[in-house]
Amino acid sequence: MSKLHYALYTGCTAKESTPELLSSTLAVAKKLGIEITILEEASCCGASHLQDFDEFLAHVLNARNICYAEKLGLPMITICNTCQLNSAMTKHALDSDPKLKARVNEKLAEVGLKYNGTSEIKHFLYALIDDYGLENIKEKVKTPLSHLNIAPFYGCHNIRPSELHKSDNAYTPSSLDNLIDALEGNPINYSHKNKCCGFHVELQATHTSELLAGNAMVDAIDNSADIMVTPCPLCHLKMDTYQDDVGKVMGRDIALPVLHMPQMVALALGCSEAEIGLKFHVQKAKHLYSA
Amino acid sequence: MMSKTNSETRKVTIKAFRFNKETDYLPYYKHYEVEVGKDELILDLMNKIKWEHDGSFSYRRSCRHGICGACAIKVNGKAVLACKQNAIELLDMFDNDITIEPQSKKRAVKDMIIDKSDFWDKHATIKPFVVAEVEPRPAKETNMSIEQFDKFLDADLCIQCGACHYSCPALEVNEEFFGPAAFVAAYRFSIDPRDNAGVERLEMTGEMGQGVWDCVKCFECAEACPKDINPIEKITKLHNMQFEQGLARSNVATRHAEGFVRSIKKHGYLDEADIVTYSEGYLGMHKHIKTAMKMLKAGKIHFSDALPFVDNMPKSKNLDEIQKLIDISMTNKL
Repeated sequence: MSKLHYALYTGCTAKESTPELLSSTLAVAKKLGIEITILEEASCCGASHLQDFDEFLAHVLNARNICYAEKLGLPMITICNTCQLNSAMTKHALDSDPKLKARVNEKLAEVGLKYNGTSEIKHFLYALIDDYGLENIKEKVKTPLSHLNIAPFYGCHNIRPSELHKSDNAYTPSSLDNLIDALEGNPINYSHKNKCCGFHVELQATHTSELLAGNAMVDAIDNSADIMVTPCPLCHLKMDTYQDDVGKVMGRDIALPVLHMPQMVALALGCSEAEIGLKFHVQKAKHLYSA
Repeated sequence: MMSKTNSETRKVTIKAFRFNKETDYLPYYKHYEVEVGKDELILDLMNKIKWEHDGSFSYRRSCRHGICGACAIKVNGKAVLACKQNAIELLDMFDNDITIEPQSKKRAVKDMIIDKSDFWDKHATIKPFVVAEVEPRPAKETNMSIEQFDKFLDADLCIQCGACHYSCPALEVNEEFFGPAAFVAAYRFSIDPRDNAGVERLEMTGEMGQGVWDCVKCFECAEACPKDINPIEKITKLHNMQFEQGLARSNVATRHAEGFVRSIKKHGYLDEADIVTYSEGYLGMHKHIKTAMKMLKAGKIHFSDALPFVDNMPKSKNLDEIQKLIDISMTNKL
């Protein structure tokens, strides 16, 4: 296999409240021999909220981010579902609408940039599965996760809308399950694995947000999950930092550690505790190392 | 559950939701063995259940051409228009194990038939028609430019089947919420150049609790629509129209959307601590103190994040480009 090389769009959370997401991503890439160039020029994707305020501005800023991956001649990878979707939506809009592309490029020209549409954009999860390969990951496993029942939580923005997500079926997603399998963990089956965590309305519709997160977490623990794993730091933030509030609304004691997808891989590949960064979680993950 | 008969057909056992509101205390599921041909639709399977197994099995059906929207149901939780959905395709997707259910189990009246009044009430509230004073005998027809027509997008294709409405998780937990289909109608008629009720609709859909600000952005509606309408795209348009037309009132949700610009202009990245303070206002912050303390303890945030005179935010490289692009591209205001 030729060496894989990606331009990493970190997004905001990996640079701020979830430093463990960035450190575990880089640790996994290093262990697997994947080369990463961080797009330090990139700005926030707008997280769908900037899009609500000014959709055109959001397209301009996302196109600028993609320009920097294009300049490197590299595919862009993301480690947040919402970054993934908003970047992919801009790419799709510009690639399918020449008028919009011209309008955006007119703005980008003012700062000496041009969007061409040459870089693919994919989530790190699919880079691992589709490019690196599950068989190759299997060979690198040092600490099998066979002692863990793991609830895969896919997160909306990595599976819907399906026209922008060819690697998973929105109703029967399997990538995370297959990854857990490859790391020798036990993926649990539960009906909320492809449902919404409620993160995006946390401020304005707190009750809605808590019920959606709660339904998913309670479903996971009722199906014997020891931990939950998600490719999205926003799902992580909702379910980890607000877990006590959610538990109260649901009338349940949840106590479910929520790991980032790269943390789980890092754990199985034998990365260091500092790289995995579990100390940054509000809901501490105990017993992860005991077989 | 399946046994192959020949390459063209499959014998499968379908589970079907059964319930008669007038006689049954609880719903139950019955199993029916049916043979499925390669061109058959979910509607054909329902007909087989009714015609070959149990004449009392009830469902709505009318046009059989994907126009009337009557036969919308759910298969393994996936919204489908029974007369449009190929059965083999779904059997493949779900490993030959399918369960047919009404769009909303809690609104079930008889088997697949639901009480859809919540859908129609919301749809009617939004005024799904052109509100205009029209001459009974106009001298000439109303002209519309290509640009004006293009703005309808595909919103005119809605058949009111309810697939998006009953797939919306926000609506599931908040009955006040209009839901995606009503928003599509609000967009479709407000963008119509002949219409005069745009402001009224934007005010209704801008209201907290019932309006677009309670959309959870899950894209379930985009996935559910059998006419490929993508309702969430219209929800985003309605959000934008509130700002464009100066109708957005300053509240936690509108400040949250607009606050992104403020952060991005300063740092390139979103200042996670600032966006919460800016959206909620200092008085609204009491709700987040407990969570903030937990995040502080875990090292997710730092004491200095809250101090207005300390800037420990990471900055995007070439921040000046980002600032310039915001200045020259932004058109909306709060």
